[in-house]
Amino acid sequence: MNAPTSMGARPPHLLDFQDWTPERLKAILDNADTMLQVLDRPVKKVPALQGLTVCNAFFENSTRTRTSFELAARRMSADVLTFAAGASSVSKGESLRDTLEVLTSYKVDAYIVRHHAAGAAHLVARYSGKPVINAGDGRRAHPTQALLDAYTIRQEYGSLEGKKVAILGDVRHSRVARSNAELLPKLGAQVVLCGPATLLPPGLARMPGVTLTTDPKEAVRGAHAVMALRLQRERMSGGFLGSLQEYADTYQVNDTLLGEAESGAIVLHPGPMNRDLEISSDAADGPQSRILKQVENGQAIRMSVLYHLLVGRN
Amino acid sequence: MITITNIKRVGSEKTESVTIEGGLIKGWNIPEEGQVIDGQGGTVAPALIELHAHLREPGQTEKEDLSSGLAAAAAGGYGTVVSMPNTSPVVDDPAIVRSLIEKANSLGFARLRPAAALTKGQKGEELAELTYLKEAGAAMFTDDGRTNENARTLRLGLETAGSLGMVISVHAEDASLRADGVMNEGPVSEALGLPGNPAAAEAARVARDIEIVAGLHAQGVPARLHIQHLSTARALDLVRAAKAQGLPVTCEVCPHHLTLTDEALRSFDAIFKVAPPLRTQADADHLLEGLRDGSVDCLATDHAPHTRAEKERDLLDAPSGIAYIELAFPLMYTRFGETLGLDRILDLMTAAPARVMGWTEPTLDAGAKADLVVLDLTTERPVNPAEFRSKAKFTPWAGETLKGWPVLTVVDGRVAYQR
Repeated sequence: MNAPTSMGARPPHLLDFQDWTPERLKAILDNADTMLQVLDRPVKKVPALQGLTVCNAFFENSTRTRTSFELAARRMSADVLTFAAGASSVSKGESLRDTLEVLTSYKVDAYIVRHHAAGAAHLVARYSGKPVINAGDGRRAHPTQALLDAYTIRQEYGSLEGKKVAILGDVRHSRVARSNAELLPKLGAQVVLCGPATLLPPGLARMPGVTLTTDPKEAVRGAHAVMALRLQRERMSGGFLGSLQEYADTYQVNDTLLGEAESGAIVLHPGPMNRDLEISSDAADGPQSRILKQVENGQAIRMSVLYHLLVGRN
Repeated sequence: MITITNIKRVGSEKTESVTIEGGLIKGWNIPEEGQVIDGQGGTVAPALIELHAHLREPGQTEKEDLSSGLAAAAAGGYGTVVSMPNTSPVVDDPAIVRSLIEKANSLGFARLRPAAALTKGQKGEELAELTYLKEAGAAMFTDDGRTNENARTLRLGLETAGSLGMVISVHAEDASLRADGVMNEGPVSEALGLPGNPAAAEAARVARDIEIVAGLHAQGVPARLHIQHLSTARALDLVRAAKAQGLPVTCEVCPHHLTLTDEALRSFDAIFKVAPPLRTQADADHLLEGLRDGSVDCLATDHAPHTRAEKERDLLDAPSGIAYIELAFPLMYTRFGETLGLDRILDLMTAAPARVMGWTEPTLDAGAKADLVVLDLTTERPVNPAEFRSKAKFTPWAGETLKGWPVLTVVDGRVAYQR
């Protein structure tokens, strides 16, 4: 795929969105339309990545993201090597670099990396020299999740331009929030991050197109999309919250709060959900919910990203 | 007997020679005797003194040992090194202090003055046997990275050490405020999604420790507190205020906190992970000003070797520390030779640490201890980690061109390093 120069140089990796032009990002979203069509066919497979080996290198537990990437790669006809660190030499103290050198000797063509530490995907890119897709590194980034969120919103409204997206919850520890705050403004949307002050790092307000508030009504007012983030229960022991009940009463995405949003605003959640904590069942299952749609779109987005990074690369 | 010819004393353009006998400086420009060493036109100064190095022996010798660490120190121009006690086992037993000194003496590199733990096992609970540790040769007491969470134990330690005429040095960082922070808390940590360590963690602890000293001082109790590796502007301001009140508080700053900032972490390279963390340029500038105006007492490296595999881990899992005792002087001289001046840099690395410890200030006069370094202040060469004597053969400054390299280090009248 030889893209026109107006899209900028093709970044070798998808680690975050720093090196990605809006045009390239839009191309990934456009391409996902085609991938969705593939997924609707009786035979859900194209030969685009035939002969290539993609390594699903998961140094942190994940079922949904790993499965989604694995299916995406297989549907592009890639061979998939799944590496789960829990059952590997990493648990015996092997360094990330040593692990990568072993995997590279298996002639892997690309890595999909999930790791508990921010920046680990960057290290994999440095050590492996192969294209790397960040499938979530610590609190830093989860770019394919943000792309599928953007895609889901675009599906609804046709464009991200001028749309307001409210993201509520544990922003401090959320790679999903960070990646969305980086991506959505590049595509023309404005992002409001909202949560208790202890979970809302003030420095994020420096990001272009991003504002912060601790007031959920203010965050949601006029929003076209409202995203609830998963509240990790261990945050309680960290002293970030008075109680889960206090959190739910204040920040839960529910029908009352959605009343402040644009009429018909869609509801998103990166999953897995704590029902009736950060999101009410009514909101999660209601007509405005696009949560299952996000999962379906995720596969198409990941196929599109793999295509974009690997097809036509020498 | 050794005579070093073709050298210049700091501040002089005159080429001279110095003769050494019995571990002392016998005299200047006297007829050559014994072994003659060409000083290659270098500048001679008293050997450098390091108050804060991790030599990892006993127990962690895969990172460093006395031989590699003291050879590295000698190559860096150091004649004396105070080693930290956070080894395995911890240096909290007089027998360990004695065995370290004996072994170091047999090696013939830099002289070792081990620091001993302030508390048993560095657990912060019960004071170690400070009297016995001093008798065994301990240079100071510190729980270093364990951060003295128990303020009462620190106070008791200051009283005891003060009565022994000894310094307690502290890693001033409030562990509860630091929490899981792995880098400076601020816009960079937030952008990178890495847990931050706020400047307040250092300043709050410095304030607490100064208050403890002030309380003792008011009661006439002699207590000397040395604050290790100051990294923030606010903490330095607290030290300044304490000094203005005449409190016996000293502090050190590390060259890495002057030359690197938290921006370096954007590489996600754990080589830049240190404790306390790299701060902002404003902090670095403030610390430099402190070196200039005298509110920072001395320089120390916090030489902290680790294995390469450990430093190739991700930023959450990798250990903290940079090992660069071989580079400290060339780094300081190259970066700050013009702003601080050679004399001030040398003072901060020789006489100033001696003053902090209450040791005799080193000189080059006849009769003084023959601990000296010859520095080549002009030849520029790149930093090549493969040449390091330290086992930690990696550095943030690899490839950087520096000048001011030591060419000869003499310790106790013996050649400890010669390039």
